[in-house]
Amino acid sequence: MIDALYFWSIIVLLAFGLFFTLVSAVGVIRLPDVYARAHTASQTDTLGAGLALAAVALALGWQHATVYTVLLLFFVFITNPTAAHAIARSAAETGIEPWTADDEEGESR
Amino acid sequence: MTADLINDVFLAAAALFVVLAILMFYRAVAGPTTQDRLLAVNVLGTNTVVILALLAAGLDEPWFLDVALIYALLNFLMSIAISKFTVERGGVL
Repeated sequence: MIDALYFWSIIVLLAFGLFFTLVSAVGVIRLPDVYARAHTASQTDTLGAGLALAAVALALGWQHATVYTVLLLFFVFITNPTAAHAIARSAAETGIEPWTADDEEGESR
Repeated sequence: MTADLINDVFLAAAALFVVLAILMFYRAVAGPTTQDRLLAVNVLGTNTVVILALLAAGLDEPWFLDVALIYALLNFLMSIAISKFTVERGGVL
């Protein structure tokens, strides 16, 4: 009973991590400009990586390696949105205009 | 028996993450601006960290997590440094 619960919670965490990483990949490839891509990279990719690392931490159990995994999880949660913010800010300061609905339909920059 | 099954699940998930990371190369090659390429490489680095952690759990080699920690640190440093240099000098070189 407990074994089955443990197994299926790992499976569910991994499946949601893969799903959010897939959403992030589709967003980075399909969205129209760099600000929208930074948005999807900072949100869905952080959540996907966090869920997959949580599955690893749950599977490792109580040992030294779990401490590393939890540290890695917190580090990814802090640094990934910060990096996306820095990239979007550098795009703004180098003068890249945001994409608006007035722009040509289907044209990406 | 359950432990073997969990290891196989982790290895399969690592393979799927590799596929999703390879998709990022499209944006890294075709991205019109430097920031697009930088963002794609940043997402690819996050995926690499997750792949290393999944391999550490799937292959029972916990020292992969040390490599993943250092890789996450260098990935963050790379993003911050290149985005700063593109503003202040108009490019990395």
